[in-house]
Amino acid sequence: MAETKARNRWSLMTQSSPLPGFRLSMGFTLAYLTVIVLIPLTAILMHATRLGWGAFLHTVTAPRVLASYRVTLLSAAAAALLSAAFGLLLAWVLARYNFPGKRIVDALVDLPFALPTAVAGISLTALYAESGWLGRYLEPHGIHVAFTPLGIVMAMSFVGFPFVVRSVQPVLEDLDPAMEEAAASLGANVWQRFTRVIAPVAFPALLTGTALAFARAAGEYGSVIFIAGNMPMRTEITALLIVTKLEEFDYVGAAAIAVAMLALSFTIMLLVNLIQWRVQRREGKRV
Amino acid sequence: MSGRNHSDLLKPSNAQRVGRVALIAAALAFLALFLLLPVTIVFTQAFSQGWAIYRASIYQEDVLSALRLTGLVAAIAVPLNVLFGISASWAITRFEFHGKSLLITLIDIPLAVSPVVAGLMYVEVFGLHGWLGPWLSDHNLHIIFAVPGIVLATVFVTFPFVARELIPFMQAQGSDEEVAAVVLGANGWSVFWRVTLPNIKWALLYGTILAASRSIGEFGAVSVVSGHIRGLTTTLPLEVEMLYNEYSFTAAFAAASLLTLAAIVTLVVKKIIEVTSGVHRHGEEKESES
Repeated sequence: MAETKARNRWSLMTQSSPLPGFRLSMGFTLAYLTVIVLIPLTAILMHATRLGWGAFLHTVTAPRVLASYRVTLLSAAAAALLSAAFGLLLAWVLARYNFPGKRIVDALVDLPFALPTAVAGISLTALYAESGWLGRYLEPHGIHVAFTPLGIVMAMSFVGFPFVVRSVQPVLEDLDPAMEEAAASLGANVWQRFTRVIAPVAFPALLTGTALAFARAAGEYGSVIFIAGNMPMRTEITALLIVTKLEEFDYVGAAAIAVAMLALSFTIMLLVNLIQWRVQRREGKRV
Repeated sequence: MSGRNHSDLLKPSNAQRVGRVALIAAALAFLALFLLLPVTIVFTQAFSQGWAIYRASIYQEDVLSALRLTGLVAAIAVPLNVLFGISASWAITRFEFHGKSLLITLIDIPLAVSPVVAGLMYVEVFGLHGWLGPWLSDHNLHIIFAVPGIVLATVFVTFPFVARELIPFMQAQGSDEEVAAVVLGANGWSVFWRVTLPNIKWALLYGTILAASRSIGEFGAVSVVSGHIRGLTTTLPLEVEMLYNEYSFTAAFAAASLLTLAAIVTLVVKKIIEVTSGVHRHGEEKESES
């Protein structure tokens, strides 16, 4: 033990390995991450600090910016809830039932990951526009989707719901049927089996998937800007506001708002890691 | 209760059978409305004025050059990210070191950050008002509003894909075979080519396809650094946006149909890998373990 420690005094390694390539792979990985992530991230933070605290606060709490947070966060929250509901339904059906064409359905769930966001944006707009395939049935009932916050929610749900399916589906598939059989043999009905046996195991996965869907929705740009209408104060999302600031050559303002968005992204990342850490700890205890 | 034996316990009643059919129907209806309709409308719009117009829309010089740029960017970004993915997962899964979970978190950053913020980060470094901007312009080097910036932004949004595919896969596989090869006298490179690579090839291919698909389709990050110069810095997704904003709807959807085809090919290839190799097998019946 002492010997190992001495040998690794100059290395990051905590345990020696007979395999070669630690320095090369670690060096390349760290260099890559530094150039691609760390330096640009530092640059944007530094640029925002150039404003000073007072001016920074003033920029990120300007009325138009606040309105964009409201639109973005409320739409993302609504989209995350919709994604949770439909994601859970799809995950359940895919994990539990067999039916013809299941493989195709399973493959299709990833479509929003594969379809470029700009394409999703223009095709959703075409669907929900006044004369569109769906819009023509909705508009007469006073349901306006295109160029309203509802359109933003639809686009955000489109990109978000696969996160829920892909988080929940494996957990449902891994659930041991013996647990449900045991519950059934003790007289639990379907609802009790769902709430007492399945839900406690699936809930952390559902929470993770929903948080990921929310994060994706809050940062989404391509699929939203076509359907949103982009009216300042009403349907302008924060990501678009950053682009607008850039187009006005307000680099510092763009950086400040971007820092506010980064803070949100990192908070969600932390939350997801916390959920996963708690699940791992609980499973560790059980074993 | 008394009349039932063990195997009947989970046998669905009639009511449950109806419930099952209803749930499957609801899921299929949702999928058709939410996923199939948007894909279908891309093609109907693209072909709304006939095959000749479709062909002409695609054979425009601007669309073709956008297609070439998209190919070029993917051809640079994807191999770089394959190298990164292999290197990161080798370091993470084959060695124990301080700060490992921090490193894994760093790799997840692009998945949490808005693409627009990602693009902006590079503007802050390489743009005219950025850290290196004055030096770059003195030396007549262009990164922002030029191809290198588009490549960088694409690398950023796609680098986690290969690594995130390989890390859990290589972790599960363990290093016994590689250690055995080393003990038998193989050097590092032959261990990698002869032992590691054959073992991880499907997971590697899977991650590469995800990265390639995203490189082809990335919009937000690329949009910020591109400058939208027709024929020079517009990728295919940006060309779709520009055509659409010019009210050339048929042309926009024609260009979009190429991207949609790429997405469909991605899904098919992914599914084939899942079914043939067992990587990421979702929704398939598993071999019974007991």
